[in-house]
Amino acid sequence: MAAESGKFRTIDFEETELRLGLTTSKGINGINGKSNYGKRGFQEDTVDLKLNLSSSQGSTVDEAQRTKETAPVAPSKTDPAKRPAKAQVVGWPPVRSFQKNLTAVKPASNEEADRAVGGAALVKVSMDGAPYLRKVDLKQYRNYQELSGALENMLRSFTTGSGGSQGSTKDFTNESRLIDLLNGSESEFDYVPTYEDKDGDWMLVGDVPWQMFIESCKRLRIMKGSEAIGLGIIHQISWIHSIILLDYFDRCSIKNGCVCM
Amino acid sequence: MNYFPDEVIEQVFDYVTSHQDRNSISLVCKSWYRIERLSRQRVFIGNCYSISPDKVIERFPAIRSLSLKGKPHFADFNLVPYDWGGHVYPWIVAMAKSKVNLEEIRLKRMVVSDESLELISSSFANFTSLVLVSCEGFTTNGLKAVAANCSLLRELDLQENEVEDHRSQWLNHFPESSTSLVTLNFSCLKGEINLAALERLVARSPNLKTLRVNRAVTLDSLQKILSWAPQLMDLGVGSFIHDPDSETFYKLKNTIVQCKSITSLSGFLEVAPYCLPAIYPVCSNLTSLNLSYALGIPASELIKLIRHCKRLQRLWILDCIGDKGLEVVASNCKDLQELRVFPSDPFGAGNTVVTEEGLVAISFGCKKLNSLLYFCHQMTNAALITVANNCPNFVRFRLCILDPTKADPLTQQPLDEGFGAIVQSCKGLKRLSLSGLLTDMVFLYIGMYAEQLEMLSVAFAGKSDKGMIYVLNGCKKLRKLEVRDSPFGDAALLADPGKYETMRSLWMSSCEVTLGACKALARKMPMLNVEIIDDSELTVDEALCGGAPVAVTADGDDKQKVEKMYLYRTLAGPRNDAPEFVCTL
Repeated sequence: MAAESGKFRTIDFEETELRLGLTTSKGINGINGKSNYGKRGFQEDTVDLKLNLSSSQGSTVDEAQRTKETAPVAPSKTDPAKRPAKAQVVGWPPVRSFQKNLTAVKPASNEEADRAVGGAALVKVSMDGAPYLRKVDLKQYRNYQELSGALENMLRSFTTGSGGSQGSTKDFTNESRLIDLLNGSESEFDYVPTYEDKDGDWMLVGDVPWQMFIESCKRLRIMKGSEAIGLGIIHQISWIHSIILLDYFDRCSIKNGCVCM
Repeated sequence: MNYFPDEVIEQVFDYVTSHQDRNSISLVCKSWYRIERLSRQRVFIGNCYSISPDKVIERFPAIRSLSLKGKPHFADFNLVPYDWGGHVYPWIVAMAKSKVNLEEIRLKRMVVSDESLELISSSFANFTSLVLVSCEGFTTNGLKAVAANCSLLRELDLQENEVEDHRSQWLNHFPESSTSLVTLNFSCLKGEINLAALERLVARSPNLKTLRVNRAVTLDSLQKILSWAPQLMDLGVGSFIHDPDSETFYKLKNTIVQCKSITSLSGFLEVAPYCLPAIYPVCSNLTSLNLSYALGIPASELIKLIRHCKRLQRLWILDCIGDKGLEVVASNCKDLQELRVFPSDPFGAGNTVVTEEGLVAISFGCKKLNSLLYFCHQMTNAALITVANNCPNFVRFRLCILDPTKADPLTQQPLDEGFGAIVQSCKGLKRLSLSGLLTDMVFLYIGMYAEQLEMLSVAFAGKSDKGMIYVLNGCKKLRKLEVRDSPFGDAALLADPGKYETMRSLWMSSCEVTLGACKALARKMPMLNVEIIDDSELTVDEALCGGAPVAVTADGDDKQKVEKMYLYRTLAGPRNDAPEFVCTL
C-alpha cells in the first residue's frame, strides 16, 4: 500500500482520479481542488475502486461452486496439482478446437489476436492527454465518415470534461499545458487523427482508400495539432476541419480509387 | 432363394446398401456369406483397431470404398493424448500391396501422414474420392500429391482437419486436364491460396456441385468463382467483407442472383454484417445453413437473414442469436429437422445466451425436428418435458449446459425427470448426450425406455455404480458408451463383461475404476482390448505437443484408480503401435 500511495502523489493520478467521477463536483478545478483532498480520502476511494475493478470475486465464487459441486462426483485419486486448478475443466464445454479457436482469440490482450478474430478489426485509439485508451472495431464502419463520427462521440467525454467552468479541458497530464490551452488556444478542438500502419509509420488518417486503411491500420492516435506539424502535412487544424477533410478524402477515394490532395 | 444362381442373388444384394443390412444377410447361411462378401464394395470399419487391414481385404476383395474411424469421440475435446494412435498408413500400405481397386477413402479422427496421401495418389489408378474429417498429421504437401496424381479425382472433402501449411501451392498442381471435380472443400486450411489457380480450376470443372473455400479467398475472388460456377449447389464462403458501395460488391450481388441452385450455404469465416444482405436472394432456396463460424454478426442481422430462409431443414448457428432469435427460427423454419446452437463464448459469462426458452420455442414451431445439439446456460425439467411432448421424433438429442452440474434453476432439482421425458417420448432415439445435475434416476429411465439408443455420452453425472448398470442392462442396442468424471467404479465395469462384445467401445475417464478391475476384465474377455491411458505425468500442453511419454505398465497397485480407460472389441489383438503411455492389459 505504501508503494501505491507514492504513486498516487503524482499529478497524473490525481487528475485521473478526478475524472473517474469520484470527484465530479470538482471538474476542471482539479488543480485547485486537489488540495481539498486529504490523501486519505483519495487513497480510500482509489483503493475501493481498485478493489472493485480488480477483484475476481465473480470468478472465484464460480470456481468454489464448481469444485464444491464436482467434488462428490469427481474422483480425487489424482494428485490435485496435476489437475488443472483453474475454473476451466479440461475438455469442457465439449467444443471442438475449430469452434474454440473462434472465441479463444477474443480474450487475448494483443492487437494481432484481435485482428485475427473473424469479422473484427479492433485497434486501440489513444488521444493525447486522455488518461485511458479506447478500442474500436474498424470493420464496423463503412467509411471514414462513420469512423470519425464514432471517434468524436467516444472522445468527446475527454474534451468536454465534467462541467468545467472555464471551457473545455483537453490536456490532463500537464498542468502548464492545461493552463496554456485554457488561456491561449483559439480553437476548441485542436486534434489530428493519425494512425500507425503495418510498417510502423505514423500516417494521416484519410490518405488511402477505406479498405486499404482498415487492412493496414494497427492503432489510432488522436494527436495534438501542434505535434501533427511534425508529420509535415498540416499546420494547426481543428477537429471539425479534419472531419470535413476526411469526408472529402472519402468521397475522392470512392470515386477515383485514390486520393488527390 | 437357394434355388437361384449366385449371379441372381448378387443382383438382389446390390439393392442392399446399408452396412448393417449387409452384415445381417451375410449371417443367413454360408452361401449368402460368400456371395455377399465377394460383392461388397463399400466397407465401413467403425474402429480401425478392431480388425487388421489384411483380414478386411481377404474377406472383401472387391472393396472399392473404405471408411475408417480412429480415435474415440472424446479426442475432439482433448481428452485423448496426441500420440494415442489411429494411423491410416498401415491400411494404405496393405491396400496398395494387394492391388485392390480402391476408389474412395473416408476417414474420421485418424492420423494421416503425407506419406499416406502420396501412397494413395500413386497406388490407385481409379481413385476418385478422399474425405477427411477431424484428421491430422498431414500438410499441404500431401494435398499437392493428391491434386497432381489423382487424375480422376471427383471429391476432395476436408472437414475440420489440422493441416500444416507448407506453402505448397497445392491448388496449382491440379493438371489442366483435370475437369472432373464435383466436390472441393478446403475450408479448414489456414494458409494462402493461389486465387487465380482456384478460379481457373473452377472454370474447367463443369460438374462442380460443392465448393467450400477457406478464409484466404476474398469476396472479389468469390465473385469471379461464382460467375464461372452458377451450377453450384453447396457453397462455403471464405472471407465475406467488402465495401458495400463498391463495384465488386455490386457485381457479387448480381452474380449471386444467378446461382439458382444453391441449397446449402456455410463458411463465413470472416464476415461483416453489412455484407450479409447480398445473400438474401438465395435464402429462399436454402435447405442447409451453417453460420457457426461467423462470429461478429449481431442477433438482429441473424434474425433478418433467417426470415428469408423459409425452407431450412438444417441450421447451425451461434448462440448470439439468443432466445428471441430462436423464436424467429421457430416461426419461420417449419421444415427444420436439425438444429445446432454453438456457444460463441464457451468460457465466458456470456451476455447473449440461449436458455431453455429458446429450445421450448423451437419445439413449438419446428415439429419435424429430429436432431439437436444445444449449448445453453441453463435448462429446466419443465422445458425438457415440453420439448419431449412437442417433438417425439428425436433421433439425436445432445444437450450441453455450460456449467456441467447445474440444477434446474426453477426447482433446484436434478434434470432426471426432464431427460426421462425425452427418452420416454422419443422412441427412435439413437444418440443422447446428457448434462446438468443428474442422479442415478436418469440412467434408470434411459435403461427402461431408450430401446433404440446406440450412443450415450455422460459427464459429471450419476451417484453410484447403479447408474451405469441400469444402462448396460437396459439398452440392448448400445454400441458406444463414453463417460467422464462420474462416480462409476469396478462394480459397474464388471457387472456384465459380455455386454462389451456387443458394443464397439467404452470410454471411462476420471471415474472410480481401478487397475485391478481393468485387469480382471481383460483376463475374462480376450476379445477386448482394454487400454489404460496414463498421461498424468504430462501437462495438457505437453500431451498435445507429444511431450516425453511415460511408460505405463500393468504393474501398478491394483487398487489405484485408472485415469483413462478405453476398451473395444477386436479381432486383431493388442495393437502394435501403442505409444508408451498406453498399456493394453
